[in-house]
Amino acid sequence: MSGASGQRISAPGSLGRDLALAGGALLVLLVLPLIFPSKVLLDYIIRVAAFGIFATSLNMLVGFGGMVSFGHGMFFGGGAYAFGLMMQKLGVSIPVAFAGGMVYCALLALVVGAICIRLKETFFSFLTLAFQMLLHSIIISWVSLTGGDQGLMGGIPRPPFLGINLANQLHLYSFSCVLLVASLLLMRHILQTPFGYTLRMVRDNPDRARFLGIDIARIRLTAFVMAGCFGGVGGILMSLFVSGAYPEFAYWSTSGEAVFMIMMGGIHLFLGPIVGAAVFMALNDVITRFTEYHGLALGITVLIFALVFRRGLTDFVAQLRGGARAKP
Amino acid sequence: MDLTALLECVTTLSCVVTQTTSGLIIGVLLFLVGAGLTLIFGVLKVINFTHGSLYMLGAYLGLTGYRLTGSFALAVVMAGLGVALFAAVFERVFMRRVYGTDVLMQLLVCYAFILILDDVVKIVWGPEFQSMGMPPAFQAPPVLFGGGVIPVFYLFLIGAAAVIALGLWFLLVRTRMGKIVRAAAHNPDMTSALGINTGLVYASVFALGGLLAGLAGALAAPVRSMSPGMGFSILIESFIVTVIGGMGSVGGALAGAVLIGIIRAFGSIGFPLFVEGLMFMAMAAILILKPSGLFGREER
Repeated sequence: MSGASGQRISAPGSLGRDLALAGGALLVLLVLPLIFPSKVLLDYIIRVAAFGIFATSLNMLVGFGGMVSFGHGMFFGGGAYAFGLMMQKLGVSIPVAFAGGMVYCALLALVVGAICIRLKETFFSFLTLAFQMLLHSIIISWVSLTGGDQGLMGGIPRPPFLGINLANQLHLYSFSCVLLVASLLLMRHILQTPFGYTLRMVRDNPDRARFLGIDIARIRLTAFVMAGCFGGVGGILMSLFVSGAYPEFAYWSTSGEAVFMIMMGGIHLFLGPIVGAAVFMALNDVITRFTEYHGLALGITVLIFALVFRRGLTDFVAQLRGGARAKP
Repeated sequence: MDLTALLECVTTLSCVVTQTTSGLIIGVLLFLVGAGLTLIFGVLKVINFTHGSLYMLGAYLGLTGYRLTGSFALAVVMAGLGVALFAAVFERVFMRRVYGTDVLMQLLVCYAFILILDDVVKIVWGPEFQSMGMPPAFQAPPVLFGGGVIPVFYLFLIGAAAVIALGLWFLLVRTRMGKIVRAAAHNPDMTSALGINTGLVYASVFALGGLLAGLAGALAAPVRSMSPGMGFSILIESFIVTVIGGMGSVGGALAGAVLIGIIRAFGSIGFPLFVEGLMFMAMAAILILKPSGLFGREER
């Protein structure tokens, strides 16, 4: 690791290395159930995959775009509901509904983003939060379509496709791992393209970007739409896992959790949010086992990270390896 | 959508009176919460995401104060002062540490406190819905006006909010403290260079915001049920109010609050399932036509 800008800005030509890493990780993940045939472990990894994709997509905005969205849960919930409703009402196959869910999230992000990106910093955070709560209240009040606060009634059907039966845990696990690795690879690649570097420039110095003739609003909106799309993938995976969709998916706390995951993992490394998601999920399971006051325990943990450590876990690792502290 | 019902309502005086008063009730409560939000933003340039939780705390402190003393007036004052104290401590101990850092940290500290306060309320007051009940002083027959029915408590609430609004105006415009607050909002470095303890100003502004939110929570207690997490919807609504009125403008918060109150009251007749959507459409329209809000200064 060299230079103050840290590992995050690796050479654009590192696609081969990324592919090799991804292939290796996928192999390990797929072999894992043969070594540890534990249902609990597989369920845990499926949830980490769903929230990992979700948190990484948020980090495209927060870490790489400098846009701290507090409403990203709208895509988690939006994707889950769009997917579930298409499966229930239209009876399409899973890949079609999957694509439909992503398209829905992209359109949602386009509309919400077009309004929100006009605002800076903390206003942007609050406005995205407000739109998320609008979606949540629509889900709650449109009972005939969404089942209201009970969530999508009757579960989401999971018909087999291409020999894959997602009602089977092992199939769902493998599907999740492939989806996780593919999504990460795709997001990583997007951030390594000229678009990704333009996004970083807009984050670091919008004025300079404007002087260079870059349409800042368009770059931000593009990032918002892509992040929304991948956020939807996380939600769809979660809805496949629980075979349903619940209003909590679109509640503000989902966004808060994702924001904490990326902060806890570290926004300076591309894989930080995955680490954050994995630690958060484990922490969550431990907290729920020991206390009913889940919010209190979680809140105190968040405070410790935000005020005492002031950095994420992967930042500590980067520091231990002797690198200069990367710029946020 | 029920446009005929809406048309029928706006053409009947009694319905107009009833809906306008309930709109004003929503409006004055939103104004009290929104004014604090906008003041804190004006001076500290942070949006206090915990503001809804302060409102919740006010409601619960009011409940306890009322049960202990039996006096609603005393309960409201206790709730206001209690929340003001809490807000000042919260600012000095926690928020102070995240000014000037990135928005992410401010967001996380607020996120943590929303979670913590919801659970503290659950521990102290229990997770179930609670209500204060109407204090005996207001259990008088409702006032009839133009065929519309107005509960006495509604009149009191509007009056009390008007008094608080006047007090706030006096404090900000006519006192030395108000001058300092406005100076700090305008140029904190200069204010500090003139020998003014800006830390104290920041804590006071938070306390003032907390006072207003606490008063609003306690004043609303007889007509709204309480539950942990109740602060969140009022947080979103008061944010919409401040965006419409213009962030940093107390007068704008008043205009925005009354507008939202009226939209809510009449919208619930015409578009019962789309009331929230109406508020957002109003906000989106303002953001597109006049991003700084009705009374906001052009700066951000």
